[in-house]
Amino acid sequence: MLWVKNNHGANVVFRGARVLDPGEGIDATLDVRIDNGVIAAIGENVDTNEHRVVDATGLVLAPAFVDPHVHLRTPGREDEETIASGTAAAAAGGYCAILAMPNTDPVIDSAATLGSLIDTARREAEVSVGFLAAITRGQGGEELTEMGELADAGAIGFSDDGVPVGSAGLMRRALQYASITGRPLALHCEERSLSHGGHVHEGAVAAELGFAGYPSVAESVMVERDLALAAYEEQRIHLLHLSAAESVAALRRAREAGVWATAEVTPHHLVLTDDAVRSLDSNVKMNPPLRAERDRLALLDALRDGTVEAIATDHAPHARHEKDVPFEAAPFGVTGLETAFSVLYTRLVRAGLLPLVTLLERMSAGPARVFGIAPPRVAVGAAADVVLLDLEREWRVGDESFRSRSRNSWLLGETLAGSVALTVAGGAVVFER
Amino acid sequence: MTSIRLVRDELRPPGPPSRRHLISVADLTRDDVERLLGTARTFESALDREVKKLPTLKGRLVVNLFFESSTRTSSSFELAAKRLSADTLTVKSVGSSVDKGESLKDTALTLGAYDPDVIVIRHPQIGAPQLVASVTAAHVVNAGDGKHQHPTQALLDLYTIHQQLGRLEGLHVAIVGDVLHSRVARSLLQAFALVGVRCTLVGPPALLPRELGAEMTTDIAAIRDADVVYVLRMQQERMQAGANYVPSLREYTARWGITPERLRAGQKVMHPGPMNRGVEIDPRVADSPDALVETQVRSGLVVRMAVLYDVLTGGPVGVRALAAAEVA
Repeated sequence: MLWVKNNHGANVVFRGARVLDPGEGIDATLDVRIDNGVIAAIGENVDTNEHRVVDATGLVLAPAFVDPHVHLRTPGREDEETIASGTAAAAAGGYCAILAMPNTDPVIDSAATLGSLIDTARREAEVSVGFLAAITRGQGGEELTEMGELADAGAIGFSDDGVPVGSAGLMRRALQYASITGRPLALHCEERSLSHGGHVHEGAVAAELGFAGYPSVAESVMVERDLALAAYEEQRIHLLHLSAAESVAALRRAREAGVWATAEVTPHHLVLTDDAVRSLDSNVKMNPPLRAERDRLALLDALRDGTVEAIATDHAPHARHEKDVPFEAAPFGVTGLETAFSVLYTRLVRAGLLPLVTLLERMSAGPARVFGIAPPRVAVGAAADVVLLDLEREWRVGDESFRSRSRNSWLLGETLAGSVALTVAGGAVVFER
Repeated sequence: MTSIRLVRDELRPPGPPSRRHLISVADLTRDDVERLLGTARTFESALDREVKKLPTLKGRLVVNLFFESSTRTSSSFELAAKRLSADTLTVKSVGSSVDKGESLKDTALTLGAYDPDVIVIRHPQIGAPQLVASVTAAHVVNAGDGKHQHPTQALLDLYTIHQQLGRLEGLHVAIVGDVLHSRVARSLLQAFALVGVRCTLVGPPALLPRELGAEMTTDIAAIRDADVVYVLRMQQERMQAGANYVPSLREYTARWGITPERLRAGQKVMHPGPMNRGVEIDPRVADSPDALVETQVRSGLVVRMAVLYDVLTGGPVGVRALAAAEVA
């Protein structure tokens, strides 16, 4: 269900790293040796086996990250991103695996288009990539895709991301049918008759600036609907990019009642509020929109206590000329693969709002569990999927060119602390500063 | 006479003025507003002369860039520039390269190549003036951007109210109608707050954004307390079947239309135009001597002269506007 090009297994020793794996319960200064892409030894003064030795003193070695929500724009908008460029960006961000959304042109709704993407990934992907297929044909919201065949062909889940499944009846049928695949439905929750035409959270900022409002209730009413359907059908769902406090409250209630529902949150919803829209910078325009401080705090609480178990970038590259327009004319979406760890480390961990181990867990094992991927771990015998983090290094976003083909980052010009020094994915060194 | 002395020297900032824009009322201080209104009064007295043209902005180029239909604003800016002897160039989206799909940025860069001193822009999208300011070297004046701002309208309304009632501070204005979709209402709210005018918003519930934090009511009887009733245009396109902001225009008119019966004697009525007679405003009100609609148009000319003069020469206007433009 994950594909990557044939990289050479690394032979390397990381000497004196602070090894931090929340899942394995490790937090100690240790050496880690990788033999031919597999973790072979963890301990003090491990033999080098004549491998290359990387001095990791002062660096953190942790399980590499998993991003459950990326737009690779392929096929159709290869000017904005390709599998090669998107996975290179992921490698630079410390990821060993990313999942791509199917809202491409054409939409990934048949085994044939999925198959050609998988072929490309086998040639180009720097880190493992999985593909979600559409829930409905052409994401049109009318007919189910052939989920059985798509799952057999390798779809890791199903999503109409970008477009909600408007009809409750069809959503129910999708839940029923997806059960034969064992793959989750990843849902973009938006009631279009409430969000219609909205660009900005309905709140004081939208009222003052004159933007059509996209209210929180447009999301939460759909979250409530889908949780009710998932409960009724006893099927699992994954809620994409939650933004509203009411959605979090609904999810928490449903989970307590035993509904198998998971959720993700983006770095921008954890760090920004609609106040950022006052800049009129089209790089703070995303769907769902940035919301109020109380929403941000509710998301952060839910991330901390595990109600929301995954951090997703919703990396959405856009061509420069399409963002260089007035706010309302700009497309939704921002990039995030290359900045996610650093911005969350800077704004949440350093600020004392989130423990580092929680951040690492929600960026790696959390999202992996949601999609049934083996969580990356620092353990002897595991395939090497690890990231080396330099928590002291400060850098300015945009000073170095992005690996992504697009640069619509909401962090351009910001100074962040903490950066990825080296990424091992699928046993190969795929990024090194 | 080669120049008119309009601004007290002690109000001038030290050093050369930075590039000044008028993008939002939120960027203005009370001093800015008072200076602009004072400048407009000076120009008004000059317009009483037989030869109305002043040489003040001779040799300057004012580009009017209009992406939305407009009668009074575009004519008013054009005439204001001409009365001050500036060269003017008016570009409308219809019949220009915009028809061929040219982006706003490219249009602005193209016109910027003529080195205009001022670009006056009206655009259906919020933030278009900031974008033009960020890609050209011109002073930018916002003549209406989407539902965001229409700062010269707010200034000309303040000018009109002051001229008619002799003061601003302590007055009470009721704004009636579709506040949600109105850039005029947004600009006026900020302008009234600056100069100490109390403001009440009146209209149907779905058209009064509660997040504005203003005093608001759905009861039309509330207008009787106001010194001035400011009537907003009911935009027909917002009221199409299915939009359901109000059930029908007929019902709107019955509940919120401004009729002589709902007004006190002598209560002043304003409207930014164009009016829908028989919808938001009864024709008897529109034609009464208490309606200030034509006075507003005349004020528009002198206020826009003052704005053009001020962005090119004067004091500390638009410091925040400039900062915003540099972010954009």
